[in-house]
Amino acid sequence: MSMPFYVSPEQMMKDRADFARKGIARGRSVVALQYADGILFVSENPSKALHKVSEIYDRIAFAAVGRYNEFENLRIAGVRLADMRGYAYDRRDVTGRGLANAYAQTLGTIFSSGGEKPYEVEIFVAEIGDVADDDQLYRLTYDGQVADEHGFAVMGGAADVVAGHLREHYVAGSSLEDVLRVAVSALGHSETDDRVIPVGDLEVAALDRTRTQPRKFLRLRETRLAEILGTRGAEEAGDPAPEDAIAGSGPHHSGEDDPADPTDQVSGAVAPLEDPVTGEPTAQAPVAPPADPPTEQAQPPADPDVPPTTPPATPPADSGPARP
Amino acid sequence: MSDSRLPSSFMAPGTSSFADFLGIEAPDLLPSRRAVPTGNAGDLAPHGTTIVAATFDGGVVMAGDRRATMGNIIAQRDIQKVFPADEFSVVGIAGTAGLAVEMVRLFQTELEHYEKIEGTTLSMDGKANRLAALIRANLGLAMQGLAVVPLFAGYDNAAGQGRIFSYDVTGGRYEETAFHSVGSGSLFARGSLKKLYRDDFSADEAVMAVVQALYDAADDDSATGGPDLTRRIFPVVHLITPDGGHRMPDDEVSAIADRMIASRMQRPDGPAAPLT
Repeated sequence: MSMPFYVSPEQMMKDRADFARKGIARGRSVVALQYADGILFVSENPSKALHKVSEIYDRIAFAAVGRYNEFENLRIAGVRLADMRGYAYDRRDVTGRGLANAYAQTLGTIFSSGGEKPYEVEIFVAEIGDVADDDQLYRLTYDGQVADEHGFAVMGGAADVVAGHLREHYVAGSSLEDVLRVAVSALGHSETDDRVIPVGDLEVAALDRTRTQPRKFLRLRETRLAEILGTRGAEEAGDPAPEDAIAGSGPHHSGEDDPADPTDQVSGAVAPLEDPVTGEPTAQAPVAPPADPPTEQAQPPADPDVPPTTPPATPPADSGPARP
Repeated sequence: MSDSRLPSSFMAPGTSSFADFLGIEAPDLLPSRRAVPTGNAGDLAPHGTTIVAATFDGGVVMAGDRRATMGNIIAQRDIQKVFPADEFSVVGIAGTAGLAVEMVRLFQTELEHYEKIEGTTLSMDGKANRLAALIRANLGLAMQGLAVVPLFAGYDNAAGQGRIFSYDVTGGRYEETAFHSVGSGSLFARGSLKKLYRDDFSADEAVMAVVQALYDAADDDSATGGPDLTRRIFPVVHLITPDGGHRMPDDEVSAIADRMIASRMQRPDGPAAPLT
């Protein structure tokens, strides 16, 4: 009978925390700020469809950074939990605290269970009250810790730099327009220079208690943002982040292959067993090659409109193995 | 409880339907999953009565009387039977009041749930079909006397007009043109609207027409409530235009009702339609 290797609990937790932190640090930041009439969320997100900030319930919103599939899972679970509670009891009985607790338990259990990889996400759960003093903003980290934030909070890649800028410029109790301007300049701030983020790359949403409808969540569209931000000088799009999908290319990977880093997304000299595009075994595959090179019958039926092409023998140089 | 995390069914991808999710996670919360002993339960609970809806140029209006009956008893005289389903649609209900109100809540949650999960609203036909599915699931209860028959209306942004859908207890969904009515007084209300309806109605004229129709229904159907002048209880009227829907404020409805009653003092049968 073989004995498993012993890994101290401290080391195991540290490894898992490092893993999650690295995943989160790859993405761009999300800022949440309290203003006079509610809570504002701002992030740089070129995608118009894959939101980082969403509505959960009447007075509750959700923002997240990290792995899209993981926080989308949590968001849907939150919507289901909130809608079910609101249906079984009443709309007033759905609280941000209850939701934050459910998320914290879930993230904490996943983090400390040996069988699953920890979620690479960080979450804000915000709830507005009838007056500014009743507003609540919770920050949840990958390990299930909950922090009650006041004023503003930042999570994601360059959180420290952005938070530093906000600490100097944020004024409590200011208007929506003012906090939006501060937040956008903070997101464009880095240690080396300040950048003007294009209006089209901003995702902005707010919980606004002045709305007459029971659902207080609203998205600020591009025209409204341009109106508020005014002229700010030449716009400069950010460098592509690993989370962006570049049109016409496969999955985008950045960074270098580091055998010591289990979380890097690039593999080095080891060729994948299969071509990720065609599914054919690659030339360098360390398995017995088929008796014949890829034949016509292994190809998908030829499309009459497209001239037949032979699959590349090797995957494109910039794409690593497809991650599941 | 050893495992306090969210159940895996909450995290499972797939359905955007709240009713489907409830069927998996908490089926006892669904109105249609309740087992009722055989026999007719129809006399146990109050019934809602007449709902009318009419389209006009640039929208649709729905109105309902305020009476709920239990046999010969008036169970409630100020019940609300017309509810907003979402920003651009409204649902009115006739039949077993308790089940119907529960079904409206389920339908409201269903539409909002879809909107939040998918990031977009359902199409008008999609909403009408979801309501049909909820009604169809209730067929077992309907056969024991607990039928719910809704009337659904809304402004279809894609088609650029107001639309009305009626239903039967088996979940049949039928699109109506111009106007429709459901409930015990619906025969009289529909006959009234037939004579009053014009294609070029403004919103105000459409509201007046449905209020007149409800009066005619109350005139001939004992289960439909007329305007209660002493208690100032008037029909619930919902207006939906391209800008969204809202319940007409009580003072506006009472002003319209007062005008109608004043003219009925002269001619109790209401406005006379030209013969040819």
